Amino acid sequence: MLLLFRNTGTAMCMLLEAFRDMPFMLSRRHRHDVLHQQFLTAIKSLGVITVVALFTGMILALQTGLELRRFGQEVYIGSAVTVVMLREMGPFMTALIIAASVGSAMAAQIGTMTVSEEIAALEVMAIKPVRYLVTPRLLAMIMMMPLVTIYTNIIGVVGGAVVGHTQLGVSITAYMDNATQFAENKDLYVGLLKSILFGIIIATVACHQGFATTQGAVGVGQATRRTVVVSFLVILTVGYMVTRLFYQ
Amino acid sequence: MIRFEHVHKRLGGRVVLDDISFEIEAGETFVIVGASGAGKSVSLKHMVRLLTPDAGRVMVGDACVSQARGERLDHIRERFGFLFQSAALLQWLTVGDNVGLPLRMKTDLSDDEVDRQVRDRLAMVNLQDAFEKLPGELSGGMRKRVGLARAIITDPEIILYDEPTSGLDPVTSRTIDRLINRLRSELGVTSVVVTHDLHSALAIGSRIAMLHDGKMVEIATPDDFVRSRNEFIQGFLEAQYITTQGNWGQTPEAS
Repeated sequence: MLLLFRNTGTAMCMLLEAFRDMPFMLSRRHRHDVLHQQFLTAIKSLGVITVVALFTGMILALQTGLELRRFGQEVYIGSAVTVVMLREMGPFMTALIIAASVGSAMAAQIGTMTVSEEIAALEVMAIKPVRYLVTPRLLAMIMMMPLVTIYTNIIGVVGGAVVGHTQLGVSITAYMDNATQFAENKDLYVGLLKSILFGIIIATVACHQGFATTQGAVGVGQATRRTVVVSFLVILTVGYMVTRLFYQ
Repeated sequence: MIRFEHVHKRLGGRVVLDDISFEIEAGETFVIVGASGAGKSVSLKHMVRLLTPDAGRVMVGDACVSQARGERLDHIRERFGFLFQSAALLQWLTVGDNVGLPLRMKTDLSDDEVDRQVRDRLAMVNLQDAFEKLPGELSGGMRKRVGLARAIITDPEIILYDEPTSGLDPVTSRTIDRLINRLRSELGVTSVVVTHDLHSALAIGSRIAMLHDGKMVEIATPDDFVRSRNEFIQGFLEAQYITTQGNWGQTPEAS
């Protein structure tokens, strides 16, 4: 328990330092790093996100549609899929994919740098490791997670529409009418808020685990695994708390 | 220039530095030798506060590096160049970007000026053709020389070398030794070298210090060092076939 508090404390200190260094990211020397991290966070993940989002929407539509058809209400799959995607599944699925792919890669890279003395080399050169490594990653996450989540939502809703049309006999027009009738702006905004929080969680956990790496290659593997596990747990917890806060 | 005052350090439940006190003069090449785990690298890391003593302090000039924080610590560290045992090059940056990193991050120099200085330093270590290469494309000796070019890019007053010849063949090791000597004569820097290669230590050192079990057992000039009666030093010399007759670097068979 003491270790948990200590790790949380050091991760929070690192996060605060990263936020404090945000203005430096406007400088010429850091802009390229931020752009590179944005590319890694968003563009490189689009393939897997497309597949997962499409099937999430399709599964949601199929499961809810089959139940609704028992009552002759299958047209409501439009609102069911859209609201669930906007509020929960969009930000949640995006976060899980980014944590597993980008977060784990961040932890592995920083962990390798730690055990091969590259972080120590930065410190000796009076280059702040948090400013050089964490802040660009954190900023890229904050900027790209909402955009990727919007993309996930769109693909998920499209997947639902395809299943609705091909397997449940709901026309695309009826699906979209129903979706826009019940989905609110609040659903979108709360979902995007969640995506930003999830991005901060992933960057913080990954970088902190990377810096805390010891014991060579074995340690890098452990840091990568812990990043995925801890990110999932914190994302689930924070996701519930935000939902509880806005939907009582 | 650098002064250890009763430094004590315990790591992993083991005493690594036990009440160590010594002083390194400006402009000299001070070599710390000893067996693996004797505390050589630990003492080097105390000089730039990668480690902090449990007791005692380390002074760099008038500044106490052991208690410095924030910008004050940065200012002290900017006086140093550090060649790590593994060279510690950032793997995703080219050689040119690695060497120029301190200038790009800490100064407002233009890209052209940074590139000019980087090429200049790479020429000093005979690696002018490696500018665009990635660290993964280099041999161990070349990586060490790139690390050395990065260590001197900011014209530091003091250069710390952590096992500069470990893992290198004898020819490359002597090349590194010559570079260290050249940097001292051309740039006038103070050098602190940690090594267990006594041939190298005798070739480059102004003074050699022997660490054993966390204690400094001897500090002497190379001539006095090979004539020392200390049993640990004698054992160390014999293990590397070095005798008092001056045939340093030759095996008994060769001599």
